[in-house]
Amino acid sequence: MNASKMISKDDKRLIMLDAFIRKQQFKKDALIEILHTAQDLFGYLDKDIMLYISKILNLPASHVYGVATFYNFFKLRKSGTHVITVCLGTACYVKGAEEILSVIEREFNIKRGETDTNNRLSLFVTRCIGSCAMAPNVIIDEEVIGRASKEDVLSKIKSVVGVSLIEAG
Amino acid sequence: MSQKTVRLVIDGKEVHAAEDETILKVALENEIDIPTMCYLEGLSGLGGCRLCLVEAKGMSKLFPACTTPVSNGMEITTNSERLLKHRKKVIELLLSERTHICSVCVANGSCELQEMATRFGVDHVPVVRRWTGFELDMSHERFVIDRNRCILCTRCIRVCDEIEGVHTLDLKMRGKDAQVIMDLDEPWASSYSCTSCSKCSAVCPVGAIYIKGKSLAETKNRALPEFVFERRKR
Repeated sequence: MNASKMISKDDKRLIMLDAFIRKQQFKKDALIEILHTAQDLFGYLDKDIMLYISKILNLPASHVYGVATFYNFFKLRKSGTHVITVCLGTACYVKGAEEILSVIEREFNIKRGETDTNNRLSLFVTRCIGSCAMAPNVIIDEEVIGRASKEDVLSKIKSVVGVSLIEAG
Repeated sequence: MSQKTVRLVIDGKEVHAAEDETILKVALENEIDIPTMCYLEGLSGLGGCRLCLVEAKGMSKLFPACTTPVSNGMEITTNSERLLKHRKKVIELLLSERTHICSVCVANGSCELQEMATRFGVDHVPVVRRWTGFELDMSHERFVIDRNRCILCTRCIRVCDEIEGVHTLDLKMRGKDAQVIMDLDEPWASSYSCTSCSKCSAVCPVGAIYIKGKSLAETKNRALPEFVFERRKR
């Protein structure tokens, strides 16, 4: 089995993934944990990686793909350096999450579910993160912002994205 | 075999059954008709379509007959005003969820959804229809999959997994975006595991998977597909 296109056999990340799978004793029901680890290592789930996992666990490829697409957490495409997730669950929607979302879309010229051209920013939507009391919720790089307002979110994103630009030189 | 038998009442008729049987199986054995859609004899039960819902005395909840095991002293009703209302609603929602236009469908006349709609007197859909714009996959030399007509009964997935044993098909995404896929969401022709056995087209209750150039009335034997029988004999 060669999972060649993006990973070579002696890729360190692949060795770590193999080690994790061994630790899980090649159990089929550890699929979600293994996908988690793979996403941590590679940043997203490439088709080659899913195929590799399906072969090594002896699971149908379509099953692995089905699980990976069922959960919102798994990303099938490479996301930008910074990830913004806007909750569009019922409570957040009622509290105006849609408006925040469209403001971000306009301001940074990206569409929901997409990454901007220079791979700096990704914008995702999700259904309920279980924090409805704090609606509307926006997650910026794993930091949850509750009772978010348009202005707060925009300035927060700008500061986060700006910082990385300075870091990059 | 020392299997325990249980006694229960279905529609006023007293019947005996083995402990691990489902309500639907017992009903079928006793010639009591319960409408089904996602259920297919020989495949595992799913309980997805909710058409086989039945009432049990003393319980306010409805139970899907195809996955609920029998228990001693159950009193089941398979036909009541409430159930009819539920079933009619199920059909209406199934029809509204994707693009179901009988007049241009290969399954017209031999479609299980159409049949059920006729049976329950569904002549219109009272909710706004969602017109899905999924692309047709005609890449395979023999089969076509039209996901717009799919009702997500997953019969094809189960038959591919349990009887053909390759599990080429599975479901991706969820909710309104759920779709049947081949391997890693490849076009059918480039699926590496598909054996082109045609079982999926044989079990599709609607016109979502069909053989190219043929209407379902031509290809479909309305009796249960033979391979399912073969499996059950074992």
